[in-house]
Amino acid sequence: MAATDLWSPVHIYGGFMKRAGFSTRWLPILLLLPQLSIILIFFYWPAAHAVKSSFYLQDPFGFGETFVGMKNYTALLKSSAYLRSAQFTVIFTLIVTMLSLSLALLLAVKADKVIKGAKTYRTLLMWVYAVAPPVAGVIGLVLFDQSWGPLKDFFGLFGWDFRLGVTYFDTAFAMVVVSVWKQLPVNFIFFLSGLQSIPKSVREAALIDNRSATGRFWDVTFPLLAPTAFFLLIINITYALFDTFGIIDTLAKGEPSNNPMTLVYRVYVDGFRGNDLGGSSAQSVVLMVLVLALTVFQFRMVERRIHYT
Amino acid sequence: MKHLTFVSAAALALVANTAFAETEITWWHAMGGKLGETVNQIAADFNASQDEYTITPVFKGTYEETLTAGIAAFRAGEQPNIIQVFDAGAATVIGAKGATIPVQDLLLANGVDFDINDYISGVRYFYADAEGKMIGMPFNSSSPIMYFNETALAAAGVEAPKTWEEFETVTAPALVAAGYIPLAESHSPWIFVENFMSRHNLPFATNDNGYTGVDTQILVNSDELKMHWTHVKDWLDQGYFGWYGASWDDNQAPFEEGKVGLWMGSSGSFGGLMQKDLPFEFSATYLPYWESVTTEPTQTFIGGASLFAMSGQSDEENAATAAFFQYLTSPEVQYMWHRETGYVPITTAAYEMAKADGHYDRFPAAEVGIKQLSLPSGEHTKGYRMGFYVQIRDVMNREFGRILTGETSVEDAFATIETEANELLSRFAMTQG
Repeated sequence: MAATDLWSPVHIYGGFMKRAGFSTRWLPILLLLPQLSIILIFFYWPAAHAVKSSFYLQDPFGFGETFVGMKNYTALLKSSAYLRSAQFTVIFTLIVTMLSLSLALLLAVKADKVIKGAKTYRTLLMWVYAVAPPVAGVIGLVLFDQSWGPLKDFFGLFGWDFRLGVTYFDTAFAMVVVSVWKQLPVNFIFFLSGLQSIPKSVREAALIDNRSATGRFWDVTFPLLAPTAFFLLIINITYALFDTFGIIDTLAKGEPSNNPMTLVYRVYVDGFRGNDLGGSSAQSVVLMVLVLALTVFQFRMVERRIHYT
Repeated sequence: MKHLTFVSAAALALVANTAFAETEITWWHAMGGKLGETVNQIAADFNASQDEYTITPVFKGTYEETLTAGIAAFRAGEQPNIIQVFDAGAATVIGAKGATIPVQDLLLANGVDFDINDYISGVRYFYADAEGKMIGMPFNSSSPIMYFNETALAAAGVEAPKTWEEFETVTAPALVAAGYIPLAESHSPWIFVENFMSRHNLPFATNDNGYTGVDTQILVNSDELKMHWTHVKDWLDQGYFGWYGASWDDNQAPFEEGKVGLWMGSSGSFGGLMQKDLPFEFSATYLPYWESVTTEPTQTFIGGASLFAMSGQSDEENAATAAFFQYLTSPEVQYMWHRETGYVPITTAAYEMAKADGHYDRFPAAEVGIKQLSLPSGEHTKGYRMGFYVQIRDVMNREFGRILTGETSVEDAFATIETEANELLSRFAMTQG
């Protein structure tokens, strides 16, 4: 601690917090410039381009184009397939977020209590973190395979004729299971460190007041975990919406067919597979607006009720 | 040590290159696995056959990925000399006039003899324009054919069916009784729509199947197709047909495992099946047809892909591309490609060479694809040209999946396919504006 204090603004300016800052106006701008230019070149410029293309129908090679106004957007609203994907995306995101958060919390609470072999246990829970989404998808393919998948055989014991890539529900089920499994370790790590940062004194005081473990969890531990949980909520929603792409693509075997699709996967299918640049740009703009709305909503509405210490 | 020799050879080659200034061209393709090895072999043989040009083949992933990579590269001015584009992407690449040099023009401009009648009739006009000028060089040409497990058919005491009526009343019940799933297929839009149209000589789209204009309407909502799909759904329910999703391999696997008696795949699947050393004898025959629809079945469309010469290259490089195309279409190379992969030879000369060499005496199944492509042609059998066709196929696959899992009826599914496909076609027409 002492070593870092030496370099803190408080130390340099002799304890006057208010004066902590730069002496000229240009230095901070100069220091921010690399980051800002990266954002401009790799985010705003392509985003502006996507907005522009969404008003056109364009030959993929760039020879011809027609201005179509809002037609790409109205086509989306009229497309039952697109609306079906939107519906699936909402349900998928809710289920994946809720399941991966609650299961990770449960595992973290239990892991927190383990004393013997705690490290091994925790490492085992964490190592899935290193698996890339497409690899997770391939593992899913092996487990759920139609002719020799062990999980398919297991479901068969209960009379469930599980068929990945054939039945819409079964494929969706596999996508949820693999996505949750892949996300569990991240949530677990954060929850566990959140739990371990709760002061011992607080826990002991709670132990005196309330003898029920469940009661103590909901009244004391959970509210203290709220900042972690809120952060994870955002991370998980983003994960389910966007980062599951590799899992979806692998489990659908690159064939959209009658398989469930998230909106992000659909952008790829229509734009990169189907070469419909205008239509998929319109879909990207819809996603951009969705992300913007989600961010505003989360920070305005939810964060108000969370208290960081 | 081997590495060292290789490096020094490469260094020497580099020196040699600067001395003779070999023209280098690149070829982007989508041929993985065994097919990719054969592609590399062809390129190496071409490079060894002369010392003016060097071709470098680059594997770019699936057909869709290769086309998208080519488009992105073209827009960045970094396009390869040759790109392989599949049947469903033909309208996109041919529609973008200026993106490619018609192969016929390229060959003639570089003093290569070209006669479209040297090509077998089934492949001649698929990648041609409305006037019959060849735009793309047919490369890996295939057609869907019906493979059969000879052990299964013998056990059931039947022969491979010639008509769907025969399949429904004779073959399928006998195969079921013998403990087999009678039928599977690996690509519903290709086999049960596109080639259903050509096999029965039915119109697939307006504007002469889309060749003569972009304001095309698809004609899939037809009584014949709906009749066929009603039967397909019945077959599935009765256990006459197995469906394992839209993935090609998932439908091929049960045939290879010996569970399925008849499997419809590509004539290009032949090489792969031979290599696998299956535990049963197999052979192949033509796609069945409905006697109730026609008594004079016709040839099928070619599938697979063709090679396009991309524009914006120097004259020297175009000359190199022309020289490579000339090499590629020579009977020897075509026969080698046909023999190794099972794709059909695209010229009559190569076909004759394969016959003379006794290839079909050894492997009768290898001839089925080319014979089917050489069956009598009809008004609607030269091919089709529709934009955004990759998505149209996706729509078909989606609706077929929904029919087969009981989510929708045949009637509703085809109405949906018609509406969505026509919407896509009209959107494509606007991209050409």
